[in-house]
Amino acid sequence: MNRTVFEDRIHIDLDRFSEYAYLRKYLRPAVILLVFLILAFMTVYQVQPEEVGVVTRLGRFVRISEPGLSFKIPILEAVQKVPVQRQLKQEFGFRTEEAAVQTRYSPNAFPEESIMLTGDLNVAVVEWIVQYRVSDPYRYLFKVRNVEETFRSMNEAVMREVVGDRTVTEVLTVGRQDIETAVQEKLQHLAKQYDTGITVDQVVLQDVNPPDPVKPSWDAVNQAQQQRDRLINEARAEYNQVVPRASGEAEQAVLQAEGYSLDRVNRSQGDAARFKSLYDAYRRAPQVTRQRMYLETMQRVLPKTGGKIYLDKDAKGIIPLFTLEALQGRATSKEASQ
Amino acid sequence: MSTKTFFRLGVIFVVLLLLSGTTYVVNEAEQVIVTQLGEPVGKPVMTPGLHFKLPLVQKANYFDKRFLEWDGDPNQVPTKDKRFIWVDTYARWRISDPLKFFQRLRDERGAQSRLDDIVDGETRSAVARHDLVEVVRTSNREAAPIETGSEEETVLEKIQTGRQVIVDEILKRASARAADLGIELMDFRLKRINYVEEVQKDVFARMIAERNRVAQRYRSEGEGEAARIRGERERDLQRIQSEAYRTAQGLRGKADAEATNIYAEAYGRDADFYAFTKSMETYELTADPKGMLILTTDSDFLKYLKRSP
Repeated sequence: MNRTVFEDRIHIDLDRFSEYAYLRKYLRPAVILLVFLILAFMTVYQVQPEEVGVVTRLGRFVRISEPGLSFKIPILEAVQKVPVQRQLKQEFGFRTEEAAVQTRYSPNAFPEESIMLTGDLNVAVVEWIVQYRVSDPYRYLFKVRNVEETFRSMNEAVMREVVGDRTVTEVLTVGRQDIETAVQEKLQHLAKQYDTGITVDQVVLQDVNPPDPVKPSWDAVNQAQQQRDRLINEARAEYNQVVPRASGEAEQAVLQAEGYSLDRVNRSQGDAARFKSLYDAYRRAPQVTRQRMYLETMQRVLPKTGGKIYLDKDAKGIIPLFTLEALQGRATSKEASQ
Repeated sequence: MSTKTFFRLGVIFVVLLLLSGTTYVVNEAEQVIVTQLGEPVGKPVMTPGLHFKLPLVQKANYFDKRFLEWDGDPNQVPTKDKRFIWVDTYARWRISDPLKFFQRLRDERGAQSRLDDIVDGETRSAVARHDLVEVVRTSNREAAPIETGSEEETVLEKIQTGRQVIVDEILKRASARAADLGIELMDFRLKRINYVEEVQKDVFARMIAERNRVAQRYRSEGEGEAARIRGERERDLQRIQSEAYRTAQGLRGKADAEATNIYAEAYGRDADFYAFTKSMETYELTADPKGMLILTTDSDFLKYLKRSP
């Protein structure tokens, strides 16, 4: 059928250009060559390494062609290429504007995507990405219309379902890993249920924040926590500054007392031993010994004493003869020398 | 050239037209109802590929066979506990009975608007029948313990039904109403739930108050703990010092007692002699070169001075 049309066209063309014999000679083979080239071009197609080609014949799915050069029947068969190896990504609550070493993000926030209610009826702002692949190109193309949009809706629904089962504190602090896993599982389940042909590789939470008006009070809590720790540490430092030293000093005092005890006992024992020996000797001739000791002491004491006044035992009233100053002076100097 | 060529062209054109009128292609994602002068004829065509029909009088009406989306408009809905929230929903559906679908709704646009009526209505009434927390929560899952704050943990309220049950309920009711339209509802979900603006302000205020309470608690915890440690320091200090004093004094006392006993035992043999020796020692020790000693002649030492031999 098609060929007839083409040949016919060729006839017309030849008629139009009939004046030019030169053209008439070469045009027919040229046109045939052109038609042949076009058909060849429609027959051969290339599938890139990360893709597969889904071939349909008159709308009916017939085969999947692997990467490389492949052939199809022109006109009757059509091919749609699906990047099955490529990891695809969708972002929620933000958009990457230009991925580079220093990635730029869109300045517009997408609060409607990221604001959600937590289980204790508070509000959290959750941003996340999902990485996925097309694992079943047939389902991907023919089972769901507008897969991408469907997948976005699924993501939002599942994330809210999971976050809705957790407290705001959990969502903002310890629950991240847990949420990622839960969302990924549910999402995968749902993707299968919907016949999307999508495999979810990973769900990654990005910024998870309290809503802007509430943020300062969350920071205040962190600050208060720091402050608490600081106060406690300071008090501990003070404790450590004083108590170990006091323990040492206490030990010192005890040791000193022990020293005192030893000193006291030893000295008393010494004194006692000396006295006992002396006494034993004294007992043999008490009168003489006593006399001797007295006189010997006097002998030693008198030379060392500055002034000496000998008074007759019957002389009375001699004391007032000394000036008061002299006596006082001596008294003070005596005090000072003590 | 002309008349013959034109005639030939005309014939080919008519043949092509008739051919194209008798065939139609159904692809993988489609299904077709053939109508004859507007009236459906035969069974719906579900299998993809090339199909035939009568030219001119019969027409192929294409319908999508895939799961289709329905995205609800965000709706302001009050819950049973009188909180106003925005509810945004979505549903997946497909044309399960193209014949009925064709008769009742004609095309997808008609279907979308019918679904709006059905699903929005069911959502509204289902949400209004439950408290907000039931719509938000799915299970009575226990919150994970948070290591730092003892009182920080807000306990999750218990729920009776939960999101999943409500969603299933809406899906069931909406499915029943949509079945008659040749539509099968595959799934229904609450996509977004959010407080309306005025409520949101109150919620934020509550969150701030709650945070402040926690912060206050941390602060007073810190001060309390610090005070306790300072008290401990004071007590330990006193204890250590006094214990040392007690031990030291005890030791000294014991030593004094022992020394006293030893002295008493020794000197007790002759107290008078002790007094004598001690006095002698003391005289010697207190001898002062600047001192003045006044002696009278009745002392033992000088008694010979006075008494002439």
